Amino acid sequence: MRAQAVDQLALLPLYAAAGTAVLVLLADLLVGRRAVTIGTLAAGGLATVICAIVTGDRTGTFCDPNGSACSWVPSPLAATAAVVFAALTVGVLALSVPSLRLGTAPAGEFCFLLAASMTGGVVVGYAGDLITLIVGLETLTLPLYLLVGLRRFAPGERVTTSAAAASVTFFLISVISTAVALLGAALNYAATGALHFDRLIPGAGLTAPVADVGVGLLVIGLAFKVAAVPLHAWAPPTYDGAPLPVAAYLSTASKLGGVLALAAIVTRLDAAVLTAVLAILTMTVGNLVALRQTRMVRLLAWSSIAQAGYILAPLALGADGVEAAAAYAVFFVVLEFIAFAVVVALRPAGADGGDLASYRGAGRRSPWLGAALVLSLAGLAGLPPGLAGLFAKVTIVEALVDHGQTWLAVIVALNAVIALAYYLRVAALLYATPQQVGIPVADPTLLEAAMHPRRPVTRPVAAALITAVAVAVALGFAPQLLFDALSRAS
Amino acid sequence: MTVALLAVLLVPALGAGVLALFPVRLDRTARLIGTIFAVVTLVPIVALPFAHGHSPSVNPLAVRPWAEFDVSWVPALHLDFHLGVDGVSYPLVALTGLLTALCCAYTVWKVPGGGSGRTLVALLLVLEVGILGTFLALDLVLFFLFFEVVLLPMYAVIAGWGGDDRRRAARKFVLYALFGSVLLLLGVVTVTVAAGTGDLTQLIGGDGLSRSTQYAAFTLFAIAFAVKAPLWPLHTWLPDAHTQAPTVGSVILAGVLLKMGTYGLIRVGVGVAPLGAEWAAPVLGILAAAAIIAGSLICLRQTELKRLIAYSSVGHMGFVLLGIATLTVTGLQAALLGNVAHGLITGLLFFLAGAIKDRAHTGELADLGGLRETAPRLAGVFGFAAIASLGLPGLAGFWGEAFAVVAAVERGGGLWVTLAAVASIGGALTAAYFLRLLRKVTQGPAVGAAVTPTIAGAEWLAWSPLIVLTLLVGLVPGLVLTEALR
Repeated sequence: MRAQAVDQLALLPLYAAAGTAVLVLLADLLVGRRAVTIGTLAAGGLATVICAIVTGDRTGTFCDPNGSACSWVPSPLAATAAVVFAALTVGVLALSVPSLRLGTAPAGEFCFLLAASMTGGVVVGYAGDLITLIVGLETLTLPLYLLVGLRRFAPGERVTTSAAAASVTFFLISVISTAVALLGAALNYAATGALHFDRLIPGAGLTAPVADVGVGLLVIGLAFKVAAVPLHAWAPPTYDGAPLPVAAYLSTASKLGGVLALAAIVTRLDAAVLTAVLAILTMTVGNLVALRQTRMVRLLAWSSIAQAGYILAPLALGADGVEAAAAYAVFFVVLEFIAFAVVVALRPAGADGGDLASYRGAGRRSPWLGAALVLSLAGLAGLPPGLAGLFAKVTIVEALVDHGQTWLAVIVALNAVIALAYYLRVAALLYATPQQVGIPVADPTLLEAAMHPRRPVTRPVAAALITAVAVAVALGFAPQLLFDALSRAS
Repeated sequence: MTVALLAVLLVPALGAGVLALFPVRLDRTARLIGTIFAVVTLVPIVALPFAHGHSPSVNPLAVRPWAEFDVSWVPALHLDFHLGVDGVSYPLVALTGLLTALCCAYTVWKVPGGGSGRTLVALLLVLEVGILGTFLALDLVLFFLFFEVVLLPMYAVIAGWGGDDRRRAARKFVLYALFGSVLLLLGVVTVTVAAGTGDLTQLIGGDGLSRSTQYAAFTLFAIAFAVKAPLWPLHTWLPDAHTQAPTVGSVILAGVLLKMGTYGLIRVGVGVAPLGAEWAAPVLGILAAAAIIAGSLICLRQTELKRLIAYSSVGHMGFVLLGIATLTVTGLQAALLGNVAHGLITGLLFFLAGAIKDRAHTGELADLGGLRETAPRLAGVFGFAAIASLGLPGLAGFWGEAFAVVAAVERGGGLWVTLAAVASIGGALTAAYFLRLLRKVTQGPAVGAAVTPTIAGAEWLAWSPLIVLTLLVGLVPGLVLTEALR
């Protein structure tokens, strides 16, 4: 057996991401200055973006000797995913700067964990076999257990254990889901002998039931990661207990990882019925429960559960739906990131998301932040002014109708109506007039202003927010850019 | 003319953008600038008919655009940025431009309580972009896109500047509207996927669409547009929205927003799925006749001014839908005329209802009365609008309603003649409730607080174009028809 030639260029995004993690660790160890550590991660993230674009669409590497099945497969989808992962990492880092300055988390550890998680995300996109996929997914999630619980308290500050509780919940559920997915992969391997995506085939003969159970378990294990109903219960408490930027990362990057993994499975193996059932349950339950939420992050958590349902719906089409699902996922990730960025900007550094009531009138006090949140919520509801959300909705419905799943499209459409009810509630609250206080006040507006001093938005947060809004607007006017990026040469 | 076509959309969009960046302190200046943008929009609108030439076609519904603009936008979704104007859409385009300009001018003079006038004018301009875009779109997906643009701004207008119960009314409006628009999305996607294109100029006539696709598409379109128009029994959002909306909101809502439903039914529903329309016409006709009767009967029992006018829209739109349901050229022409007439007259009625409510501080019919004595001019204009609305020959309201009935008789057969008879009874009931309204509001002894009789210049400015056009369209209905559908 001769040694394999490894195409180093194809691995460039991975080198960039993993190198970033190492560099961040070294920077923290040798220099020990917060700004340097943060700068290293930001630069590394941007380098990963560039490497992913440069690598683009090539032939795979780490192939088996006759070159048919590869473990590392660059594709337009993988490149887009790597760009999104790296950009999200930089964005979440920008959102974390205020709380890092405050010292709620040690900057070095925080940045290293984030970089490690980004590396996992990149691997998920490029993975070409089940082992690489699950290792990537674990590399993506493992640092997040720590990030969720990584919260230091100032001497006088009231110590809460919500972050620790969230971390443990997330950890336990994740470990179980990985075990389930691995069991599924193992059963499928036992029945068909395939690990590489190119070789995955439906089971046949005596072992067919084993293979089917394997596929089912694999999908269920991965569905935990995207928080699909009924495997969603961990998400709301985890998001709510985690620091805000980490919650943003969980609901965007981590979810995207799960979606990519699921897409890789359903493209090759038949799990249409299971995926369709998960999709319907996820969007319906997510939307209905979101109607009753009173806390900001919980509402966003439930809404992102419902959104995962919309992403799962085209995946029920198998390979035909992957492009629509990926496009929707990118639109969703951008809009969701804007929502979290506004929440970070409106809340004091290091604070949690708070009650919805505390956002009353926020749009009147900070018109630009209010406008950004309205743009993102309307987009998530699939409505203009941000055309990105509208195109996302059209993409999903078109894919479903095009492949004969009109009934699923009808359910998606009806869910969009339910969803508008709670997005609207938040948006309307932003512009509501101050609540009547019990005692007569000469000028309620003045009192309101005194009680809610305007917080200047930290520069990195503002930069992240402006970039995200610019991306959302650009995608709204030229969605074809995204469709081209996803389908180039494939 | 392509420039004019683009300017019709770009000018108000630019205006809204400028207003958004305007400093908060200069509220009045901002409102003035917004009004200037709305008026400037009228310039390309007036220029558009000069492009129109004659190009006869076999299908009366075929799009024969006077001016066109077509670039590919999102090929992956069959979406072209394809705009065009023809005889069917032009009257509505002109109506939208006019009413928006009048509403902006009215807002310069008076800002309803609740928020800044600058934002209200900006929202009116955004609404204008959405409505004009809907009328101009010659691509099915683009049509849907503009159809959705108006949802949230209208919600904001009602929820921000409305009456006491505005939030509930606005929420009801927007949820109903979104329900209609997701059905429209399903219909649009069904058609574009089956035909492989969204181009209305190719789709109209139903070529290349199978019978079952047309049935499914028309069902979806009909329900979607019936919510918007609104057609009984899907009208329940309308009275609440109208009662709570500020005057300018009501004017835009009744004047042009409802027309998106009827225009959509003519252009998209009947145009793209003619077999489906043929198949569903009896149901549509029966519902339209029921709407006429139901609207009139409900109006007879109303005790609130704006609510009554809102319900009268249900009846009037019933006539328009009856005209469409006959699927005859006469019926479609009646529908186009009825659309424009209703926009002019009901716009005027809502302006007047706002003026009365502002002066009397109540809209309860029981607390109004004797307007003829306390404010004779206001009472006179109100009487004119009410009589125009009940369909007096010689005023705009007559043609649409009379010819909808004529079209139903022409169509022949037991069902359509019955529907024509029912609709005429509804017409008589319309007269009954408008006369009751006049008796309560203008006649009788003066009740309640004294009403200021003076009418401000801004009010005359807002009303007079509508009064003149009501008269003009009544005397020369051919103005609206141009060469459409002939």
